[in-house]
Amino acid sequence: MFADLIFAGLKSAAARGGIPRAVAPWLALLLVGAPVAQATPAIQTWETSNGARVLFVAAPEIPMIDVKVVFDAGSARDGEQAGLASMTAAMLDEGAGDWDADALADRLDNVGASLSAGVDRDMTSVSLRSLTRQPALETAIDTLTAVLAKPSFEPKALERVRQNRLIALRQDEESPGDVAQKALYRAVFQNHPYAGDPSGTSASIAAIARDALVAFHARYYVAANALVAIVGDLDRAGAQALAERITAGLPKGEAAAPLPKVSPLAAGSLQAIDFPSSQTTVLAGQPGMKRGDPDYFPLYIGNHILGGSGLVSILMDEIREKRGLSYSTYSYFLPLAQPGPFLMGLKTRNDQAEQARQVMLETLERFLERGPTQAELTAAQKNITGGFPLKIASNGNIIQYLAVIGFYKLPLDYLDRFTDRIAAVTAEQIRDAFARRVDPERLAIVTVGRSQEPVVETRGAD
Amino acid sequence: MQRRFIAFLICLLPLVAAAEPKVYERRLDNGLKVLVKPDHRAPILTSQLWYRIGSSYEYGGITGVSHVLEHMMFQGTESHPPGEFSRIVAENGGEENAFTGRDFTAYYQNLAKDRLEISFKLESDRMRHLALADKEFTKELEVVKEERRMRTDDDPQSLTYERFNAVAFDASPYGNPVIGWPGDLEQLQLADLSDWYRLWYAPNNATLVVAGDVDPEQVFSLAETYFGPLAAEEIRPPKTRSEPAQHGEKRLEVKAPAKESYLLMGYKTPAVADAAEDWEPYALEILSSVLDGGDSSRFARELVRGDQIAASAGASYSVFQRLPGLFLFDGVPAKGHGVADLEAALRAQIERVRSEPVSAAELERVRNQVVAAKVYEQDSLFYQAMMLGQLESIGLDWRLSETYVDALAAVTPEQVQTVAKKYLTPDRLTVAVLDPQPLDGKQPVRPSLGIGGQTHVR
Repeated sequence: MFADLIFAGLKSAAARGGIPRAVAPWLALLLVGAPVAQATPAIQTWETSNGARVLFVAAPEIPMIDVKVVFDAGSARDGEQAGLASMTAAMLDEGAGDWDADALADRLDNVGASLSAGVDRDMTSVSLRSLTRQPALETAIDTLTAVLAKPSFEPKALERVRQNRLIALRQDEESPGDVAQKALYRAVFQNHPYAGDPSGTSASIAAIARDALVAFHARYYVAANALVAIVGDLDRAGAQALAERITAGLPKGEAAAPLPKVSPLAAGSLQAIDFPSSQTTVLAGQPGMKRGDPDYFPLYIGNHILGGSGLVSILMDEIREKRGLSYSTYSYFLPLAQPGPFLMGLKTRNDQAEQARQVMLETLERFLERGPTQAELTAAQKNITGGFPLKIASNGNIIQYLAVIGFYKLPLDYLDRFTDRIAAVTAEQIRDAFARRVDPERLAIVTVGRSQEPVVETRGAD
Repeated sequence: MQRRFIAFLICLLPLVAAAEPKVYERRLDNGLKVLVKPDHRAPILTSQLWYRIGSSYEYGGITGVSHVLEHMMFQGTESHPPGEFSRIVAENGGEENAFTGRDFTAYYQNLAKDRLEISFKLESDRMRHLALADKEFTKELEVVKEERRMRTDDDPQSLTYERFNAVAFDASPYGNPVIGWPGDLEQLQLADLSDWYRLWYAPNNATLVVAGDVDPEQVFSLAETYFGPLAAEEIRPPKTRSEPAQHGEKRLEVKAPAKESYLLMGYKTPAVADAAEDWEPYALEILSSVLDGGDSSRFARELVRGDQIAASAGASYSVFQRLPGLFLFDGVPAKGHGVADLEAALRAQIERVRSEPVSAAELERVRNQVVAAKVYEQDSLFYQAMMLGQLESIGLDWRLSETYVDALAAVTPEQVQTVAKKYLTPDRLTVAVLDPQPLDGKQPVRPSLGIGGQTHVR
């Protein structure tokens, strides 16, 4: 619980508020490098008999298995009821089939298995890790199958989960980082479903009825809307049988419709939220790029140079190394089904907030003007390609890749081709892509802290 | 929130595989211990250098010096300008970082298997040739102050934890925050860092751990090449204030802008290094899992789901520490309950483990979880190496990582009850309550460096 560890660099900042927790897994995926000489995981794919897509990598070295079932059922599907997807997911292990929450917990813990469900803006994912020996695997898989297909949404459990969610939302309000993050998404995405936080709001959570959860589950937890990723100590036949069992309870159903397009911001904005903290959190963002975007590689490497490579990024150099203004500063593109945000952030002592914000924005503008130097590009390419083996070393890494490749329908040779595509990007392509895709005049900026500025002020469209 | 902390801790637990990959050990003439754990699953390695120095070696007035020095280790040596270390590692595709704890300071690089030399070359250089320049120090100290604001001052639960430790320990350096007290950071001088560096950064005060797709003999040979020429230092064992017996329960209240209250309770407990009986720490660890090891544990079943007194409730204990620590409980009350209700419920749970043995079924469940976690651990090279480094750094034998699972599995219900009766007693207890203050901005702001707390950080 209290590890009493402090990291020098960004690791812990990413884990703890510097970069929002919900985003952290995605960031890891953004850091995909390129295959060098060694083999990338051999991905096998097929469909279950009721139409769920399966991606599988055999990993016979350790007697364990990871399964991740992903539904196109992120919070962007919440509609008018913010938090609907995430409340549905939160109820999965509160009772399913013949088992109540206690029985489900016993079944999993008794065999050392772990099950978790998570929701981001695009996906609901349910993850299972288990030993492959028996009876562990049978028990774990039967439990997963029930949880996916037959959650009971027991009313008393729902009220408890609802009340605890309301407490968690109030705790978010204690955190300047969480407050800033939520405000920034609202400012960047406005009326688009990506604007809302997956955890919902106090008002929406208080109002969600059981029927809505049941309906959401019935609509989206269906085979045609599902991807099953499997990594572990199984052969193809074993994985096929497993995937059949996992999806057996799901009706075929239909895939979810595409999400609406994201509009670019019409103008820049500045929202200063007063907060009794010693630091001011500064975030700036706008709609960025989507998965499979034609500019993906130039934007990805460019951002790596600008603010995506930890201690050696330009932002880190300007904000931390040269000026000591912040422990952590970063930028990232979060590619989603529709363009997710391009986001920059830092935290600094209240009286330095204005200075730090200016340095951050000037750093972006300079980068947009001149693009990366050849030396910066070469260093970034070496970092990304040289570090690739680290990114695919564990089953835990690989299952994440399978989920992304499968969910966003990226080509199965995505990892194999990554090196070449990274190596092919030129400095001019990066400059050009940033010039077209990042507009410093139309950034939504949010500050949360005790600053001297008026509470809300809008930066005109100039 | 507590859930997350605990889940993370479970990852850190020393479940390094017992049977599987063997560990090779060598000590260089200058005293550097080198441990190599071959694992050929993927063409990568982790190289970790662990120093036996951390906040528990610090004394009043210089708290935080170990952590600031860790930051300065990235700010240049006699032969490499500031930032070059990180640039070289990055150009070689490496991931790197460092972390400071109470009992150790560790540096690591994760690299492709053919890049080990990069790590050794750079780490051996900064072990004895750090530049420690004024300009970088002044700037980095500001970075650390920002880090402190982020981690502690602006996080009400972290702040509560910091102040809780300061009250729980009368004399032990575990009462100090790893990141340092604000006043100490204000008065820290470059000379304090130079002294600290000279005293503790030496081959005979470090353990080098390499795990991954490597050949042990080649690692030893490379270690000899780069670390071999470094001179040993006379390391004087630190004079650590030991914690005197506590006389009666202690309580504190922490006021901070917040929306929800928070409760922390800690009982003084021994660790492996100082336990009266070898099995006691393992019995305490089993106890923490019975109470809070998964959704079927007592706290989740009875406090969160059953009585619905807690929105979250946790129990934790660390077997492997250099000095005696705390068996911790924490929680957030559920709606309709105050922090007093939660405290009463936790005390009732504690009374129960004192008065009756845990069931055979509960113990069996914990054993199965421990064994499974040991298998899962093999999926992370980093944590396997980390466990070896941590054990050596706190003065224990890395082989404890191999006997850990068996030691846990051997614990009996009677032993769990025995340690509960012996250690979960009021005279060992400290209770902290977070008293939420309005967030509406009408309150005076905490001075950014005036008061402070401790750090609980991953």
